[in-house]
Amino acid sequence: MIENKDYLLLAQIAEGLPICSHPYAIMGEKIGLSEAQVIERLTYLQDRGMIKRLGIIVKHATLGYRANAMIVWRIPEADIDFVAQEMLKFSFVTLCYQRPMLPEWPYNLYCMIHGKNKVTVENQLAQLIEQCGLETIEKQILFSSRCFKQRGAVYTAN
Amino acid sequence: MLELSDLQKKLLNDFQRNFPLTPKPYADIAKQLGVSENDVLNALNELDEKQCISRIGAIIPPNQIGVSTLAAMSIPENDIERVAAQINQYTEVNHNYEREHVVNLWFVLIAQNAVHLNNVISSIENETSYPVLRFPLIKEFFIDLSFRLDLAND
Repeated sequence: MIENKDYLLLAQIAEGLPICSHPYAIMGEKIGLSEAQVIERLTYLQDRGMIKRLGIIVKHATLGYRANAMIVWRIPEADIDFVAQEMLKFSFVTLCYQRPMLPEWPYNLYCMIHGKNKVTVENQLAQLIEQCGLETIEKQILFSSRCFKQRGAVYTAN
Repeated sequence: MLELSDLQKKLLNDFQRNFPLTPKPYADIAKQLGVSENDVLNALNELDEKQCISRIGAIIPPNQIGVSTLAAMSIPENDIERVAAQINQYTEVNHNYEREHVVNLWFVLIAQNAVHLNNVISSIENETSYPVLRFPLIKEFFIDLSFRLDLAND
């Protein structure tokens, strides 16, 4: 069961783990949990899949990955799972989501490609299209131009 | 050019997941890498100062805790900064990007329940006077590997 204090804990971890000797103790102090309790609840949340990945969240842009494109595709409903699995075989595909089609935005599969520059990303996309046989699939390519906000989700308790 | 130490490169590539859930996680990482806890703390602090890392944090799958949606708007270029700033005021918004397209503002919202999420989206529509398209997640296709950073100096 998710408990109310878990939301407080997730709010803390969204801010980022302090870089010091006993980070979980520092985090716990702010929300009235002991170091052991923080570790116990985070382990629980991770085991249940409520935390998918605990670790360093890198800033791709500073590290030389300046281009990222979101590509949205119109894939026949029955083929979505297969196509998504094929796309994920490419290490440059960093996200792959199915989302609903809207009349004004008729695309149902979203993937993200990160690369060092736009040309690299375009080449990777060409490779993806060829190897997955997506030449005739309708799509839109959306390169990001500015980041207005990037941070962990903020969770609030009930 | 960004100069990174071997230790920093290792930290960036090997600790994007499975961060130790132990009383002294940085000391445990140090032990694995054969360096001191202080070496790890210093390396991470420097990565943070150089804006190479966003934070040491958790990725929460969408809709596991609370409800979330991707949302998008079409904003005239001369109005986009105003609209982006208004959207960013909401703590429910955690990512907000401009993309090169007519549909040019893309952001992610997360709230504890659907009613609250809908209220926030309605407020954004009222305040900015542009409609919001909603693309809630139907299915996530999982990626098991961390993104491998090519950190060679080039």
